Amino acid sequence: MRGLLKVYVAAAYLFLYLPLAVLAAFSFNDSRFTVWQGFSFRWYEAAFTNAQLTSGAVTSLLIAVTSTLFATVAGTLCAYALWKRNSRLVTTTLYLSLVTPEIVLGVALLAFYQLVLGRIGSSLGTLTVVLAHITFSLAYVVLVVLARLRTIDRSLEEAALDLGANEWQAFRRVTLPLLLPGVGAAALLAFTISFDDYVITSLVAGVDSETLPMVIYAMARRGIRPEVNAISAVIVTVLGTLILVSERWNRT
Amino acid sequence: MSESLLVRAGARAAAHSLGTERSLTVAPLNSISRSFGACCPLAPALILLPVDPILEFRDVCKSFGPHRVLDGINLSIPRGSFFALLGPSGCGKTTTLRLTAGFETPCSGEIYLQGKSVEGRRPYERKVSTVFQNFALFPHLTVWQNVEFGLRHQGVADRDRRIREVLELVQLRGKEKHYPSRISGGEKQRAALARSLVLEPDVLLLDEPLSSLDPGLRKQVRNDIKALQRRVGIAFLMVTHDQEEALSLADQIAVMHEGRVQQIGTPREIYLKPQTRFVANFLGSVNWMNGVGVRPEATRISRGTTDAGERSAPATVAHSIFLGGVVQVHARLAGGETVVATIPRQEDSYQPGESVLVSWHPSEEITFPDHSV
Amino acid sequence: MNGLRRLFLAPAAVILVLLYGIPLAIVAAYSVLRRGAYGGVDAALTPYNFARLADALYLTILARSFLLAAAATLLCLLLAFPLAWFISKAGPRKHLYLSLVVLPFWTSMLICMYSWMFLLRDTGLVNTILLSLGWISEPLPLLYNYGAVLVGLVYNYLPFMVLPIFAALERLDPNLLEASADLGAKPWTTLRRVVLPLCAPGVRAGAVLVFVPSLGDYLTPDLLGGGRTIMIGNLIQNQFTASRDYPFGAAVSLALMSVVMLLLWQLLKHDKDPLL
Repeated sequence: MRGLLKVYVAAAYLFLYLPLAVLAAFSFNDSRFTVWQGFSFRWYEAAFTNAQLTSGAVTSLLIAVTSTLFATVAGTLCAYALWKRNSRLVTTTLYLSLVTPEIVLGVALLAFYQLVLGRIGSSLGTLTVVLAHITFSLAYVVLVVLARLRTIDRSLEEAALDLGANEWQAFRRVTLPLLLPGVGAAALLAFTISFDDYVITSLVAGVDSETLPMVIYAMARRGIRPEVNAISAVIVTVLGTLILVSERWNRT
Repeated sequence: MSESLLVRAGARAAAHSLGTERSLTVAPLNSISRSFGACCPLAPALILLPVDPILEFRDVCKSFGPHRVLDGINLSIPRGSFFALLGPSGCGKTTTLRLTAGFETPCSGEIYLQGKSVEGRRPYERKVSTVFQNFALFPHLTVWQNVEFGLRHQGVADRDRRIREVLELVQLRGKEKHYPSRISGGEKQRAALARSLVLEPDVLLLDEPLSSLDPGLRKQVRNDIKALQRRVGIAFLMVTHDQEEALSLADQIAVMHEGRVQQIGTPREIYLKPQTRFVANFLGSVNWMNGVGVRPEATRISRGTTDAGERSAPATVAHSIFLGGVVQVHARLAGGETVVATIPRQEDSYQPGESVLVSWHPSEEITFPDHSV
Repeated sequence: MNGLRRLFLAPAAVILVLLYGIPLAIVAAYSVLRRGAYGGVDAALTPYNFARLADALYLTILARSFLLAAAATLLCLLLAFPLAWFISKAGPRKHLYLSLVVLPFWTSMLICMYSWMFLLRDTGLVNTILLSLGWISEPLPLLYNYGAVLVGLVYNYLPFMVLPIFAALERLDPNLLEASADLGAKPWTTLRRVVLPLCAPGVRAGAVLVFVPSLGDYLTPDLLGGGRTIMIGNLIQNQFTASRDYPFGAAVSLALMSVVMLLLWQLLKHDKDPLL
């Protein structure tokens, strides 16, 4: 039985990682066809010199950093308030935003922006994307930070109050230092969600701001471009490592 | 209120108003008396300081929703005393502690600290410090930083010296740079004590101080806490459900039950002269015979010989339990009630089924004159 | 302290109201309005949009999406349970194993879809290998059909089934398993009578967390199904881009959201905190 389980688990992990592994492997293929013709870095070169890809990456990075900043701050404060005293209204709304299909949120924001922006003479662009990203990242941040807060002993803040710190000082000197790994993990999560988003971004981005996923999507739709293999391998490796490290840190 | 010395008359009046017999409180050695003694070497080391209570509860009530946790609590904790709140879980003792610290506010009634009402004052605005049951040491700070924590908000000048002194006092020198996860349970408690004591609070609150410790450690820690309190001279208010803990540590005990104070007195008073049945049963075992109670250690067993003046009743031995230094003999009276007698091991010779005489001295009887509960 | 707490909740509350609540309300409003002449919205109430949903064409799409989502959920449940069991018994490395399950999804769903395309296309790796081995003479149509979409859905949302089940298993008191064995139950019986019932909350949470996104998934049927598979997500996206029929798109969105809210309500009724 145990042996069978191990075989199954191995197969499961294979299922999960084979596509990505193959993608990475063929990013080094010295040919644009799916036949191995030797090891080469040419697609990495091509990817990093492709103007569309690099500008898309920069845009995605900018958007991700900005939205992560706001989502993490808003989400951490919210999680702290909920930890002190729960609000069913807020928690339910957060859960709802978590399970809302991306397409629904995307079209809703599109309709909203078109109504509002028309009035104020603005149009879709980077700002609209950032706001959208903050919205869907929020629930994830709250979730991760709240999970971390649950591991913190409540009497620690009481002890701080008892020793003369007021509420803000107790938060800053006792809870926040202990919370930091959770906040870090939440920020990283918000960053990856934002960096990778396609559905919502494509709807609210307008013509000027093209993010990396949008570029990749366009390329993928048209066929296989090995540059995409290369940049995909880079993204998965970098983000993957960051995630593993952050998870480790959050365990302390 | 004037801080003048020697208010013997005032003390007696205060004792009168609370209806308890209390001797004049003598303040033990503390920083004030020590410095006074230092500049006047001929002055007596013990000085009669003002005996108004350091902490007072007047008709305090507290409810959580429909649940009435405290129902008219009146307490008067003397300066420099070791005061215990003793009672079973749910009696409201922990709530009383939290009200003192400021984590809860009373629904009605007043709490006075140093004669001033604490109403509206947050925990960080009260000169009261709590040692939590699980110590609540900040895990991301070293022992030294933990102890220093409260001092930072007070802008005290010679912080380092004070921290060193208090760590010396609790015997934690050498552990300053350790993190809480690296020190033992007993050391954690001492660190928590140091952290609170360094702030020189008016009252130190202790929430079940021995319950988180290994049983083997408790006796030693008990003695250490008692000695510590004597040395620093600060009033300690302790909450516990363990009567042995209360009896051994406290100068005065308030026995609580279902949100009310049943009795306040010295350990001897509440053990030997309980005022309610609950207090009698909580402080130890009692043999109840026709509305009169006698403690097992005051109950003698003999084969027919009783001392002059003793009351007695015939009984049949049911069984005896060997407890090491003493033996518990369970015997059944004619009316069917079971009594337990604790006798020295050397006297152990009674067999089940044997007819014996159970006897006790009338002065050992526990009765309730005005209200038997 | 109440003031501080309200201050802390404020940013999140503003975001949720302004950028989540109001947009959804707008969609709800659009669903009962009439489509404008040039693709906008007319201020005229009409139930027409919802009536259109009863059309055979759209009903088929809805039904198909439901079936696909249900199939994905079932498959995820079967695949996730043994995996979650293994991870929870894996000792000190369990969190690493768990992170590895979640990793592909967390890094990039788009890249994952792309990698499946790379494998399954006519000129993709699988076909290339099979062709070169001579096992087939023509490429297998592995991509651009509902089968591929199902694979994609399972691949994407498996972590959402693994995580809650893992959490439920972690909360399981090992003494219960020992007691069960002590009372004479064989391993399978213990699994059936003790483990599974106690894991039910985790399974429920996982089912909702897989079913709902699968139902509304746009990217997976779009990439892995090509233009040939239309699910609810594609339908909605179409109305707001090519077809420019916002009211109808809104009606479909509302229909989808009511299913989502119903399921979420049922879930939260049983289990106040499904993910923690």
